[in-house]
Amino acid sequence: MSEVFGGVRDPVATFVIIGARVVDPAAGTDEVREMAVVDGRIAEVSAAPSDAERIDGHGLVVAPAFCDLHVHLREPGDAATETIASGARAAAKGGFSTVCAMPNTDPPLDDAERIERVLAAGADAACRVRVIGAATVGRGGERIGDLDAQAAAGAVAWSDDGASVATDELTEAALVAAGRLGRPLIEHAEDAGLAAGGVMRAGATAAALGLTGWDPRAEVAVVERDLAIAARTGARLHLTHLSTAASVEAVRRARGEGVQVTCDVTPHHLALAETWVAGDRAFAWDEPRTDALLAYDAACRVNPPLATREDALALLAAVDDGTIDAIATDHAPHPTPVKLVPFGEAAPGLIGLETALSVGLAAVAAGHLRLGSLLGALGPRPAGIIGETRSLAVGEPADLVCFDPEAHWRVERRTLVSRSANTPLIGLELTGVVRLTVADGRVTYRAE
Amino acid sequence: MALGTGPSTWAHRHLLDVDALSRREIERVLDLALVMREARETRAHRRLLDLETVALAFYEPSTRTRVSFELAAKALGATVVDLAVERSSAGKGESLVDTLRTLRRVGATIVVLRHASSGAPYLAARETDLSIVNAGDGTHAHPTQALLDAVTLREALGPLEGRRIAIVGDVAHSRVARSNVHALTALGAHVRVGGPPAWVAGFDGIPGVEVATTLADALTDADAVMTLRVQTERAAVAGIGSLAAYVDAWRLDEDRMRLAAPDAPLLHPGPTNEGVELTADLANGPRSLIGRQVEHGVTVRMAVLALVAGVA
Repeated sequence: MSEVFGGVRDPVATFVIIGARVVDPAAGTDEVREMAVVDGRIAEVSAAPSDAERIDGHGLVVAPAFCDLHVHLREPGDAATETIASGARAAAKGGFSTVCAMPNTDPPLDDAERIERVLAAGADAACRVRVIGAATVGRGGERIGDLDAQAAAGAVAWSDDGASVATDELTEAALVAAGRLGRPLIEHAEDAGLAAGGVMRAGATAAALGLTGWDPRAEVAVVERDLAIAARTGARLHLTHLSTAASVEAVRRARGEGVQVTCDVTPHHLALAETWVAGDRAFAWDEPRTDALLAYDAACRVNPPLATREDALALLAAVDDGTIDAIATDHAPHPTPVKLVPFGEAAPGLIGLETALSVGLAAVAAGHLRLGSLLGALGPRPAGIIGETRSLAVGEPADLVCFDPEAHWRVERRTLVSRSANTPLIGLELTGVVRLTVADGRVTYRAE
Repeated sequence: MALGTGPSTWAHRHLLDVDALSRREIERVLDLALVMREARETRAHRRLLDLETVALAFYEPSTRTRVSFELAAKALGATVVDLAVERSSAGKGESLVDTLRTLRRVGATIVVLRHASSGAPYLAARETDLSIVNAGDGTHAHPTQALLDAVTLREALGPLEGRRIAIVGDVAHSRVARSNVHALTALGAHVRVGGPPAWVAGFDGIPGVEVATTLADALTDADAVMTLRVQTERAAVAGIGSLAAYVDAWRLDEDRMRLAAPDAPLLHPGPTNEGVELTADLANGPRSLIGRQVEHGVTVRMAVLALVAGVA
């Protein structure tokens, strides 16, 4: 298979796709039909020039391209681990046309100039690169940042990701300031005190492995706090990487009371249960398949830690019923040395841009998610949270992904486009391969 | 048992924890330990491991475990190197995996690893082609301790099937207790873990294991009692109020041992904090098998090294 990457400043594309199943969650349509892109916009097939390339889409699915609200691109500060360019290529290969870069770089993205520099570096990348600014100066949790200046520079949201916004007062100030600018505060919900020392979800597996448990109340406590502040201020709150059924329940309740809240979940919290730390390599909905020699793999160390099987199934149900708006990868590249250490000493995080679709499709195949729910949570709904649209209606800019939902592939270190390979999915066979990604009318990825 | 002749039927290159061993395999280690006891006296197998280089990589201080592994390896003719961590590159921040790969390159074939992080031996087994013997990892496992405890208990009680063994103390943070639970339940014993609630957390629902939160519940009718070192240097005391409260409610002495079956023996993995988890009188009295445990330490480790080397 040969693959070609493009950039979001390339010339706009014109082509016709024949025979594909076209799923447009925004329109609620799912049908096999011909579709065309002419000069970078969705068009009637009759409007395509006669010499336009005709792509055989039989057996393929066309959907709005994906939008990732939560990635770590490691620039500035750690280009050996990931760059804006390599992260964007990984995104394009995964079917994403937008990624939102978290500000916990070195130095952190807490002012206009740094944000502008990242946006400039990503201007011709293989997907749109957006920036989430730091909510507090230096992510220090002491003073609120200059959100107006960051917004003017292009920040689409704010977050102190890696930690919660430190105090109630700062959270309220950040929510109000972000709300005034019409953009969300993205909260990593974790009470540092309750979480202290925990390296995997507390419970029987942690006890058996002799690892310090992470109390899920650490997440729920901050979710509750933030929902109360959002209710009080009327501002927009977005909760990222939720990992407990209790958090989702809190969101459901608050939304019922009119709180403006959205939330996302990662593919790994949907599909990889905490038993993976003990060497399990079956998806959360399958019977565990454990190889003790795979136990303590630091690739499974992530924050929040992998959830229980019950939580994973509840999270899947919440994506399917729409309570959870988005699937965001929390793509967190790390170099080998910080992962090739005992579990509790490893840096938390795993990469996800290139595997998100396949992991989601596994949940679809197992009957835990409808295809439309998956594609909605990967594309249009997260896009809407940062003010983008995803539609396959005629006249719209072409932002689409075309993938083979049946093709198998093996996750291998050498074929990953990301500069890092920290995922416990290495060596596993997955289903679902992206053939074409189009961002803003440009072909950013193509595999043949 | 003819050692060193014919192919080994032992299926494990590593000893990471007892939970990977079947009952028959555990019994084979225990039986072989008895063979080794004789062999050690007659120097019968003094060339059994002459092709092996055993490296002792102790990232935490240890006396009895390290010394008994060293004597075990030497008794079987292995070349032994002691990676004195504080004097080696590991002390300068070299990663565990890099250090082990270096040991492999200079000729080590078996590494005996003691490490403060749970799971470190699994990483070592995955990332090197060394044979790894876990000499204690974090709060996870200490398989050779559990095996020598089983030899000691079997010597004192006979077969352990149906016997009631109480393990008392900070079970939740004890690698010794965790491995003992695996070994003893595999051998058919009923295990009762006893201690303040925070120290027995996580042991509910394990087949063959009962949780007791009073001393009387833990000890009544026990055929043997094992108490654990209270890690006064660790923060573990935090979860139980105070050390004084523990001593008050749980310190074992001759009086309290009368709750157990008559003459029930007492075990302790050492080193003891006399006056904390048990009295000096008890540690040094007729019930105590503490000295016997240490003696079995060498022969059990001889058996383990011979098995992972594939010569027994």
